[in-house]
Amino acid sequence: METFLKNISYEIGDLSLFGLRFFEEIFRPSFEFKEFIRQCYVIGYKSLPLVSITSFIMGLVLTIQSRPAMSKFGAESWIPGMVSLSLIREIAPVITALICAGKIASGIGAELGSMKVTEQIDAMEVSAINPYRYLVVTRILAATLMVPILVIYADLIGLLGGYIGVNMHGDVNLVLYFSEVFESIKFLDIIPATIKTFFFGFFIGLIGCYKGFNASSGTESVGKAANSAVVSASLSIFIIDMIAVQLTDLLF
Amino acid sequence: MLIEKNIKQKKIETNYQQTIIEFKNVYKSFGKNDVLKGFNLSVKKGENVVILGKSGSGKSVAIKCLVGLIKVDKGEIYIFNTDITKLNIYELNKVRMNIGFLFQNGALYDSMTVKENLAFTLKHHSKNLNQNEIENAINEALEDVGLKEAIDKMPSELSGGMKKRIGLSRALIIQPEIILYDEPTSGLDTITSREIDELILKIQKKGKTTSVIITHDLACAKITGDRILIIRDGIIYAEGSFESLKNSDDNWVRSFFI
Repeated sequence: METFLKNISYEIGDLSLFGLRFFEEIFRPSFEFKEFIRQCYVIGYKSLPLVSITSFIMGLVLTIQSRPAMSKFGAESWIPGMVSLSLIREIAPVITALICAGKIASGIGAELGSMKVTEQIDAMEVSAINPYRYLVVTRILAATLMVPILVIYADLIGLLGGYIGVNMHGDVNLVLYFSEVFESIKFLDIIPATIKTFFFGFFIGLIGCYKGFNASSGTESVGKAANSAVVSASLSIFIIDMIAVQLTDLLF
Repeated sequence: MLIEKNIKQKKIETNYQQTIIEFKNVYKSFGKNDVLKGFNLSVKKGENVVILGKSGSGKSVAIKCLVGLIKVDKGEIYIFNTDITKLNIYELNKVRMNIGFLFQNGALYDSMTVKENLAFTLKHHSKNLNQNEIENAINEALEDVGLKEAIDKMPSELSGGMKKRIGLSRALIIQPEIILYDEPTSGLDTITSREIDELILKIQKKGKTTSVIITHDLACAKITGDRILIIRDGIIYAEGSFESLKNSDDNWVRSFFI
């Protein structure tokens, strides 16, 4: 138990130092803009199909599952409002972030892990090119900016799924559905939910890079890096979410 | 051309008596495993030094210490009369720009083509070069290793020997004064190994470079080495020409050549 706690403390300390270096490096000159754009494409654009499918299903299923409970009170008309609130405040950010943790953190962990094992990171360093700036800063920044965009996109697709769900048992006009949705959503529902997604993105990128960058030698460690990146990033999403919800509750 | 001019300048500066690399009492441990225990080495300008030794004897650790990839526990490492163990990362990077490193498996960047691999280092360090000059430098570096036709290939499409040659051309493109070879012929067939050996000699002659070659391959050591060192228990145990070591009185040294 003592060793376990020691290892965890060591890892958190090491991760914090790794993360702090991001803020040091990002403000230094010669930002790797091309690589940053490439990472935005890989992290953002390439995640669109997966996020589309999952968010559509989330919206649809949430609506279908809410109907029996709501119909008991004769409150079917509240379904769009309730579904939109659940989606925007909690479900879309967390589920999208978890999907990104699975796709992006594991991808980064495996890519950087394999670069580490095959000495590509060392080769970069020996060539006097800062591998942290080229590989880590660009990926963390791309994840921090792309995850919120993916979450906003997931909100919209999820609401569309909700519209289909509502229409499976009734006949609701698209304009009526969205006017009910926007009536129940306040500005304060969107802002805290969006702010936390920046943190989700940052930690997905950070943990993926940290695990990959610290992979030990041997091909086995590439798998381990990818795996532990997903586990740690998912766990961090729940912890950040818990803190964000508590803070939102306190402040608003 | 700019690069050719650099080579000419280097040729003029060549002085075979000048010590360009020097390890002074270097210690390095990994946990309880002491790898280097007072390691001393000095390499003269223009010399090809081969380091032989059993697996795990600290050969690779020594050259990784030389480029600052591994920090030493104690001791000094001088390159061009500068103790690199005392430099910060920016000063160290300036020294690194004069060093080419051929990794065991080439260490080519997987996500880039051969051309992009070569251009990557050049673009980062020679920002005043235009596209034409970069293209010319890439073509010249690929011609040097006889692989001009592989320019648009991805590393996954290359054989082991080709990867090493491209890795070498990537190291050469910045016109380094020192080249470090980590197992240049490991995992290659005999014919390809000899081609790599010839390439090492060709590079030494063309650029008057100083080289440190880590190898297990005796033929490679014989062909490429001006001086051969054998590492044992973290120190240089024996030193000399290939023939003198082969006929050494020491049984352990002779056992390497059987």
